[in-house]
Amino acid sequence: MSGLEDIFRLLFTANLWQATLAAAVLLLLPALGGVISERSGVVNIAMEGMMLTGAFFAVVADLAWHNAWLATGVAVLAGALMATIHAVVSIQFRADQIVSGIAINIFAAGLTVFLANRIYGLQDVGHVGPTEGLPNIDVGGLDQIPFFGKVLFQQNVVVYMALVLLVLVHVVLFRTRLGLRIRAVGEHPQAADTAGINVYLFRYSAVITSGLLSGLAGAFLAIGVSNTFVPNMTDGRGYIALAAMIFGKWTPLGAFIACLIFGLGQAIYDNNSVIHVSPYLLSMLPYILTLVVLAGLVGRSTPPAADGLPYVPGSE
Amino acid sequence: MSEEKLAVDMRGITKQFPGVLANNQVDFSVRQGEIHALVGENGAGKSTLMNILYGLIPPDSGEIHINGKPVHIGGPRDAIALGIGMVHQHFMLIPVFSVGENIMLGREPATGPDFYDHARARAAINELTKRYGLALNPDARMGDLPVGLQQRAEIVKVLYRGANILILDEPTGVLTPQETKELFVVLRDLVKSGKTIIFISHKLKEVLEISDRITVMRRGKVVGHLTTRQTNEEEIATLMVGREVLLRVDKKPAKPGAVVMQVENISASTDRGVPALKGVSFELRQGEILGIAGIEGNGQSEMMEVLAGTRPVTGGRVLLGSRDITTYDARTERDAGVAFIPEDRRGTGLVLSFSIAENSILGRERSPKFSWHEFVLRLVAIREWARRLVKEFDVRTPSIDVAARNLSGGNQQKVIVAREMGSKPKVLLAAQPTRGVDIGAIEFIHRRIVQERDEGTAVLLVSAELDEVRSLSDRIAVMYEGRIVSIEPPDAPEERLGLLMTGGGQAREGAA
Repeated sequence: MSGLEDIFRLLFTANLWQATLAAAVLLLLPALGGVISERSGVVNIAMEGMMLTGAFFAVVADLAWHNAWLATGVAVLAGALMATIHAVVSIQFRADQIVSGIAINIFAAGLTVFLANRIYGLQDVGHVGPTEGLPNIDVGGLDQIPFFGKVLFQQNVVVYMALVLLVLVHVVLFRTRLGLRIRAVGEHPQAADTAGINVYLFRYSAVITSGLLSGLAGAFLAIGVSNTFVPNMTDGRGYIALAAMIFGKWTPLGAFIACLIFGLGQAIYDNNSVIHVSPYLLSMLPYILTLVVLAGLVGRSTPPAADGLPYVPGSE
Repeated sequence: MSEEKLAVDMRGITKQFPGVLANNQVDFSVRQGEIHALVGENGAGKSTLMNILYGLIPPDSGEIHINGKPVHIGGPRDAIALGIGMVHQHFMLIPVFSVGENIMLGREPATGPDFYDHARARAAINELTKRYGLALNPDARMGDLPVGLQQRAEIVKVLYRGANILILDEPTGVLTPQETKELFVVLRDLVKSGKTIIFISHKLKEVLEISDRITVMRRGKVVGHLTTRQTNEEEIATLMVGREVLLRVDKKPAKPGAVVMQVENISASTDRGVPALKGVSFELRQGEILGIAGIEGNGQSEMMEVLAGTRPVTGGRVLLGSRDITTYDARTERDAGVAFIPEDRRGTGLVLSFSIAENSILGRERSPKFSWHEFVLRLVAIREWARRLVKEFDVRTPSIDVAARNLSGGNQQKVIVAREMGSKPKVLLAAQPTRGVDIGAIEFIHRRIVQERDEGTAVLLVSAELDEVRSLSDRIAVMYEGRIVSIEPPDAPEERLGLLMTGGGQAREGAA
């Protein structure tokens, strides 16, 4: 049972929790995007593809201009562009949103590899100078708090951004007029339309916002965590974010808790060198957690009533 | 009498949909401060006309004047700005939102950057509900309210937007008789305070009770302008359908035979596990129609499902002849000779994406007539069968290959009725057989049910329409809270039945 003991000992190290939070944020950003998109009534399983596109263009821009912030901006826009495709296809043309999402994920995987090949030749991808990466920031003073200082205040800048966004999305969705209208559009678009709310405008904005957030996650992954681009480097994180969103019952805070659970699984795996368990077994941990959570622990969680249903004006 | 001002004046409205001329040169005018009924069968173009008035659909041609001024209504926003409000047939309410949020939606008070202002929302609603005498709790969850209160919330929502002209689309379709009475009180109060009301309905009794004037539509055209005081049910029905309609069911006295089905003290629960039937007993004889009267939700639906084999009992037993069929499932029930017209025709009665031919054998596809060793369908026999049913039951369709989805409600219902009666059952269970169906189709289905009775079938009829139960039944069982509280003769006064349905009154002998 030494494997379990190793994990148990690991749970008391600040390093593990620091890594957990970072891994959780990588999932939280696309999950928040998913929450916004689906609350407006558009099913979004394309976070994976939007994130991967973001990651790739972050690297491209970073290599070209040697500016991590500029690269992040490019990544965010790239994610938004992919989201726009999903929005046009599923809102304007009322296509099946699952199919559209899958198509975007496959398209993104192909596009990024193709472009990587064309621009660099595959061998050369994988060099982003460390100086251009997104910076880690230690919050002066607070980072000296024992244990928690390291976990909460010695993190990448994107982690702080994500935590601010988490609170922001929660407040907007559940405390503001804007949020009420987003949710109305996702619950009952006819009702929203007859109340004078522009259903299409809200849905487009929500889907594109999810692209922005997934693009940011991609940038964080590529030039914050890895400092490189590897084909298919998102490795299913967009799907895990989707699971986190469902586990969290389409709420930002619920999704964050789920992300922490999945992030912990990831962090344990990343520490596999100190655990006497097959790393292959450990690498399954986040995915097994996802399945367990989706199958059993969630119970019934109800999506927004009009989630996935295209809106046809004048219909009932 | 001086010339009254027109609140709404629509002239020469035409709207073409693919394959249908939904509105053909329609003239429609409503005076200020009146209740104006717009009647017509399904598909007559009432909803199209009102959707045009509310800006949901642009007309191809025609003009609209509101309070004497020509206007262009490009969307609901324009309509709202002109003081037009619409209470839709399918409520535009969000069950998971609070009453207040639903009413405010689109015009929410805000504080700070954009925060929803609960206090001001509550104050605005309380002010409105007090002014019009419409009690409502702004903090209740909409989905928890009974239908009558939900509709009230819809009306308050429309008033909050400053509507002076209220369009109510089939407002009584979902209401209990008591709720309908309350609605009518509200409508009269609204008119007193200066509002104008357009009341869309096909329930002629209600139209005669509440309206001042009536416009009748048929097949996209206006076929009559009537003054309520100078007309009657027959005249309106004739205009609506385009021919004389028999509103009364014409039937000979029943000749009841032997007991076919005996229901003994059955109980059952709803899907949520709440007891719905608390010991129901009755017997059903050959050649009679036993009607179940009652406000919806008093166990009628569960009872029909138990008898059709789609819901388990928690006690009691059901005998068909001398056979105990209590635990039979839908398939064995059918084989034993029990046919079922379910209340939800689109969800339970038909597979909407299947053709009429396929729907016409649902549940009987195993019979040797329609399949070879329960394995390969005999398509020729099926098509012949479907053609016969379509002809015999007057299903209006271009062919038997049309998907059920594309038929009108009345024709969908006829397909189900044809299929169930076509199996020559011993017992026919008919749940809401004419709900949401045109007058013409109602007349037809009623005649067939009576004919079925005359041929010796035992018919059990459940209907939310008291008139339907009274005119068809040979005996009336009144259900209240999962029990049969009394069994009445068919000529029992409406008031007495109404009282029994709401838990009052004294039971007659023979009731369980």
